[in-house]
Amino acid sequence: MDSFGSNAGAGGQIDPQMQHFIEAETQKQRFQQLVHGLTDTCWEKCMDRPSTKLDGRTETCFVNCVERFIDTSNFVLNRLQSKAGTGELH
Amino acid sequence: MDFSSPPAGGSGVNRDELMDQVKSQIAIANAQELLQKMSDKCFKKCVTKPGTSLDNSEQKCIAMCMDRYMDAWNIVSRTYSTRLQRERGKI
Repeated sequence: MDSFGSNAGAGGQIDPQMQHFIEAETQKQRFQQLVHGLTDTCWEKCMDRPSTKLDGRTETCFVNCVERFIDTSNFVLNRLQSKAGTGELH
Repeated sequence: MDFSSPPAGGSGVNRDELMDQVKSQIAIANAQELLQKMSDKCFKKCVTKPGTSLDNSEQKCIAMCMDRYMDAWNIVSRTYSTRLQRERGKI
């Protein structure tokens, strides 16, 4: 009889549920890491003196900061890809 | 047949326990990162001329700064998440 709850199959492979769990957690962690980094970067750009609440202008700055960062990432990717296409990039 | 014993061939930790352990390790790591960044940012903002102790105004500043950092973190998280969904919707 098979052992219930065993993580390893006959070939030593990870079972599908574990595999899915690892992938899900990895993706979640990637998201968390990005939020940490972006908050750091945007804090430097948007925050003057800490007060009793975030005013509208500062909040807008954070939103814009995130959006523009993603735009920048897309821009960088697209331009690199087009350069690779023309053979400029080795 | 005894079903209460740990799975054969394993270290004795079942799958659910392992997943819980992993999840709490991750949560701890995230909390530590947040703590570290908060301390760093709020030290920079609030302790301009380090004295022999943290005076009252510095402590108040740090407390406010921590709350604002959490606000900022939440805004970034929300904005990023919304943007990701928008990008996925285009595919």
